[in-house]
Amino acid sequence: MTDIFFYIFATAALAGALGVVFSRNTVNGAMCLIGTFLSMASLFVLLEAYFLAVIQVLVYAGAVMVLFLFIIMLLDVKESAAKKTSIYTWAASLIGFGILVTGVVAISASESIKNKAPTMPEASGTSLKAFGYELFTTYLLPMQVTGFLLLIAMIGVIVLSKKVNTE
Amino acid sequence: MISLEQYIAVSSLLFAIGFFGVLFRKNTLVIYMCLELMLNAANLALIAFSRYHGGMGGNLFVFFTITVAAAEVAVGLAIIVALFRKRQTVEVEELNELKN
Repeated sequence: MTDIFFYIFATAALAGALGVVFSRNTVNGAMCLIGTFLSMASLFVLLEAYFLAVIQVLVYAGAVMVLFLFIIMLLDVKESAAKKTSIYTWAASLIGFGILVTGVVAISASESIKNKAPTMPEASGTSLKAFGYELFTTYLLPMQVTGFLLLIAMIGVIVLSKKVNTE
Repeated sequence: MISLEQYIAVSSLLFAIGFFGVLFRKNTLVIYMCLELMLNAANLALIAFSRYHGGMGGNLFVFFTITVAAAEVAVGLAIIVALFRKRQTVEVEELNELKN
């Protein structure tokens, strides 16, 4: 039963991603991206990462995309005619794609991954207590650094968006 | 049961789509959205690995990634707005002041 859900949400995520890349209208692209984020939250649920699924919906599909849509509508950019892509871009994209395919095939073919059953204990994705315990013991320093990073980002945004007097 | 390879395939396809979007689109906002897509694809792979390996490490790392991504989006969009104020454009082709 969960297999069907996996295929549905994986297809939705990929379709939304293609929508972001191919839509001429930026607002439509942002809407497609919201769809992708929601389907990915569903994939997180299938992987039993319930807390992260909630965070994904709240932070990404909620806060981040609202910010994106707000800026898109604020700037109101007209889509200009598509310019020719340079040969370097094509070469870079082909090389990058080749490396990605090689890496994924190599990882998927390795013995340690083949036919591996999910081994995470049933409760560990569900239990917020375990999550919080790890966060405040093993990962206490990264946690503090992230908090400080958020403060820096906040101050940075305020400084960046202050109106500069250019006279 | 869905195998780990299928999750990796989905995540790498999403990453590839985002990568092509970054390279071939000219609108800074679209490029930024594609970057977010790539970050999210990496998150999906991390959670899948964490689930099939057993242990919370991957999940916690994704938690930190999401936090940093939120901060990064705020700063990036502020930079885009500042650029637009100065140059009245968001096309990357026209933002080449440092080139020569």
